[in-house]
Amino acid sequence: MAVAAPPAPSPPAPSPATSSAVGRRRPRRALLAVGVVGAWVLLWVLLQGRDTLFLSPATLTPLHRRLNELADAVSAGRDSSPVFLYGVDLVRAGLDAFVGGVQDLLARPSGGRPVPAVGWLGVVAVATWLATALGNLRVGALTAAGLVLLGLQGLWTESMDTLALTLSAVALCLLIGVPLGVWAGLSPRVHRLLTPVLDFLQTMPTFVYLAPLTLFFLIGPASATVATLLYALPPVVRLTAHGVRSVPPSVVEASTSLGATGPQRLRGVLLPMSTRTIALGVNQTIMAALSMVTVAALIDAPGLGRTVLKALQTLDVGVAFNAGLAIVVLAIVLDRTTTAASERAQTRPDRSRRSARLRRPALLVGAVAAGAAVLLSRTYLWAAQFPSVVGGTDIGIGDDVARTADSVTGLVQEHLSGITGGLKDAVTLFLLNPFEELLTGSPWYVVLTALVCLSALAGGARAAVTTAVGLALVIGTGLWFDAMTTLASTVLATLVVMALGLVVGVWMGRSRRADAVLRPLLDAGQTLPAFVYLVPFLALFGASRFTAITAAVVYAAPVAIKIVADGIRSVPATTVEAATALGSTRWQVVRAVQLPMAGRSLALAANQGVIFVLSMVVVGGLVGAGALGYDVVAGFSQGELYGKGLAAGAAIVLLGSVLDRVTQAAARRAGPDAHAA
Amino acid sequence: MGAVTAPTATASAAAPSPAQAAVSVRGLWKVFGPGARSVPTDPAARALSRRELLEQRGCTAAVRDVGFDVAPGEVFVVMGLSGSGKSTLVRCLTRLVEPTAGQVLLEGEDLLAADDRRLRELRRHSFAMVFQHFGLLPHRRVLDNVSYGLEIAGTGKAQRRRRAQEVVDLVGLSGYEAAYPHQLSGGMQQRVGLARALAGDPGLLFLDEPFSALDPLIRREMQNEVVRLHREVGTTMVFVTHDLREALRLGDRILIMRDGRPVQCAPGDELLGAPADDYVRDFVREVPRAGVLTLRWIMRPPAADDPLDGPELGPDVVVREATRAVLAADRPVKVVADGRLLGIVGHDEILSIVADAEQVG
Ligand SMILES: Nc1ncnc2c1ncn2[C@@H]1O[C@H](COP(=O)(O)OP(=O)(O)OP(=O)(O)O)[C@@H](O)[C@H]1O
Ligand SMILES: [Mg+2]
Repeated sequence: MAVAAPPAPSPPAPSPATSSAVGRRRPRRALLAVGVVGAWVLLWVLLQGRDTLFLSPATLTPLHRRLNELADAVSAGRDSSPVFLYGVDLVRAGLDAFVGGVQDLLARPSGGRPVPAVGWLGVVAVATWLATALGNLRVGALTAAGLVLLGLQGLWTESMDTLALTLSAVALCLLIGVPLGVWAGLSPRVHRLLTPVLDFLQTMPTFVYLAPLTLFFLIGPASATVATLLYALPPVVRLTAHGVRSVPPSVVEASTSLGATGPQRLRGVLLPMSTRTIALGVNQTIMAALSMVTVAALIDAPGLGRTVLKALQTLDVGVAFNAGLAIVVLAIVLDRTTTAASERAQTRPDRSRRSARLRRPALLVGAVAAGAAVLLSRTYLWAAQFPSVVGGTDIGIGDDVARTADSVTGLVQEHLSGITGGLKDAVTLFLLNPFEELLTGSPWYVVLTALVCLSALAGGARAAVTTAVGLALVIGTGLWFDAMTTLASTVLATLVVMALGLVVGVWMGRSRRADAVLRPLLDAGQTLPAFVYLVPFLALFGASRFTAITAAVVYAAPVAIKIVADGIRSVPATTVEAATALGSTRWQVVRAVQLPMAGRSLALAANQGVIFVLSMVVVGGLVGAGALGYDVVAGFSQGELYGKGLAAGAAIVLLGSVLDRVTQAAARRAGPDAHAA
Repeated sequence: MGAVTAPTATASAAAPSPAQAAVSVRGLWKVFGPGARSVPTDPAARALSRRELLEQRGCTAAVRDVGFDVAPGEVFVVMGLSGSGKSTLVRCLTRLVEPTAGQVLLEGEDLLAADDRRLRELRRHSFAMVFQHFGLLPHRRVLDNVSYGLEIAGTGKAQRRRRAQEVVDLVGLSGYEAAYPHQLSGGMQQRVGLARALAGDPGLLFLDEPFSALDPLIRREMQNEVVRLHREVGTTMVFVTHDLREALRLGDRILIMRDGRPVQCAPGDELLGAPADDYVRDFVREVPRAGVLTLRWIMRPPAADDPLDGPELGPDVVVREATRAVLAADRPVKVVADGRLLGIVGHDEILSIVADAEQVG
């Protein structure tokens, strides 16, 4: 892939001995890459517009029709096939009942009453108490404030729907993920088997889970839960396994020497000693689940995601912004609470401290108060339904938020449209369009050959084979043209991400101060669900490919920047000192020492960056980015395009796998590095 | 053939017969790597050195054909350089590592024949182990760490706490019951490790370099502690170390290992007095000999012209203690046991040892 091509070489720098071997190979490969691109452009000029495999949005290939028939056959068999009657349907009913139960508790009228079993006051009280008990008083206060804010925004019910879905999916994740993780932690064989599966689940853009699942679990909460389960499972499995594996062998041995049985060892040693790591996994799983639950609005999952989606489709920036803000609030509350909980799991309470001694009775009192609040919320309407009017004044702020967002957008469009529009047009005209034209306007065999050659240069023979096979299969989906459009946006956005990663990452890697300021921002950025990134850019740039690209850049940049920064930081200080002592300028140190030695980190950053970008570019199908993402979305909404949507999902997975493999191969080639991701 | 037999009969700590031994080991092998099973039975492989074995077969023979007997109440020390197989040996004796071949009897019971359940029984009640890196549970307080073994064995809570408190007092940790391991110094952490091992009242204690991670001052203190505990509790101990001074201080007998093989198994004075080969000689060169060697090892047979009316001393008197008497007498000292003359010690013999000690010290 062009993405992973080694950075354009500077004239052979006076590189230190460590990188000289790489230094000699690099320029030649880069030169070859330039040659390949040159030939490609030449062929494009000659053969432009021929064999582009263009397919208009409404046209179907035989494959798409076959998939449609398959879907019809599946739905026809739903009532008779034992697979459905005794398998899938039972699972679906179970999931629906489980999620429905949680929804009854928090979000929807239940038990013959017009309100949920627990009203807002009860939810706020219990959540605050939980956050305090698991974390500390600070996150308790944050939780209370955050939840009340959701109510004030007029999105209580939606928020509780999202919360209910997230929590039920997370509960299932933990139920499955922790034992699986422990197993993988104990058995290297299971670990080896599981790793590629988890990798695959995590590389696939959130989007593509949805369509195939609806085939079996129908549209609604069950599908959403399964999709969320699949997407959010890997972190908790991985980190549980990691936690169990990193328990010092000396402690395990000591417990064995005392005659512990397997279960005793697990309960007394392995689990307590990996609690913190597991808690970290739970945190990541919760954030992934929230992200997926909002995206699952596409298959009609209830909650905030649905509000955002509707607003995005009608280009109602104000409402989208308000709901997006609510998602952010929910994300912050969940993230801070689980982080605090995992920190508490690490630090041992010191009973001698007064605050620690007071903690237990205080929590007890709090529990009683929370219980009382639950009772109140079941008795009085004001405590059950979040009030919008108190004492005659309207306390809702949702409309204000929406209106403010609208007017800011209006102002920006009015006064800055020159800048935003200019930027958008310039990038679209001079970068995006030519690049896209090169990918989509050349005959497919030219593009295929060029991409295979570039993969070979970046990642070696295996990478080239992967690309060839992957792209051939893309042709098989009948969506080559759309895939190339998506690829163009993805590559462009990834290049920008890498540029940002280089500049900001090097800065952060070299300056502790910059790191201290930027890292929390990047961490926060990483916890937000993909969906909410679209809103501000939609406001700025309207519905277009450019909007999707900018959202993708912002979404993917934090990961890339952090990896580069860590790579730069991991270059041994002595090496940097030695180079400085030789009289290198600061720029020479960066270019000749730090960047080459952090080469693997750069490639890893490209790998993570491209995965994140792809998943966002695809979601961008919702805001006018077209191509594969649009095909998927259209498949959800129009029955006759269902098969095409499935094929588009497959094409996305293929693109993702190819990009992932090629960048990983490039990372391996870049050689080992002090910093292992 | 496994057991290294002592070349000379010694009075104090003769090897016990296998039948009465607390631990009896015969022909023990531990080979890591592919095809490990075949190595102990294959004469060609047995003959290879450890390095050749690794190069030709790709497996590491950590313990090779080791045999010895430990008497009840004895402190038996296993010594050797890093990588000589001490840890592997002691782990074979607890089956934390599964031996490849050989026989291990603990108080007459065949350890290798024990099934999982019996093995757990033995670990809970019959023997215990102390580790170089302590292996404490960081999330438990001292008292809970000490009672962990009892908890595993299913002892009731009240009894568990009482017993844990007893051993905590025994190892001198009173007052630290509620501390977490990371709040303790290394020496104190190892006291916890010791207490944990002693809590189950085992008849047999395995210690794998328990004090190697401690600094010299603390190490000495802990050695005294072991001497004291041994006097008070009388537990049989198999003690692994790579520190010869520690071995000489604590051990009734010492087994020296090299590349997995036993080289010599003897009391300390015999190691110094009659090293089995140059390896052992090199090994023991650095210690001050006067404090370890007994007259038995430096006496010479009386020559014809030697006057035989000097003072008498026993053969097990340490050189350092005999120095004054020998130098004060104007004729050689007679070494006598049960009224029989074994040899004589003159100024020259004493001075060669004492001068040697001064060189070293
Ligand atoms: N699990 C294992 N797998 C393979 N080889 C091992 C294993 N454990 C130990 N060995 C090898 O067996 C040999 C003996 O190791 P052992 O740990 O018993 O030595 P040691 O005498 O205790 O050394 P030290 O003083 O460093 O603790 C070493 O060469 C070691 O590499
Ligand atoms: Mg060892």
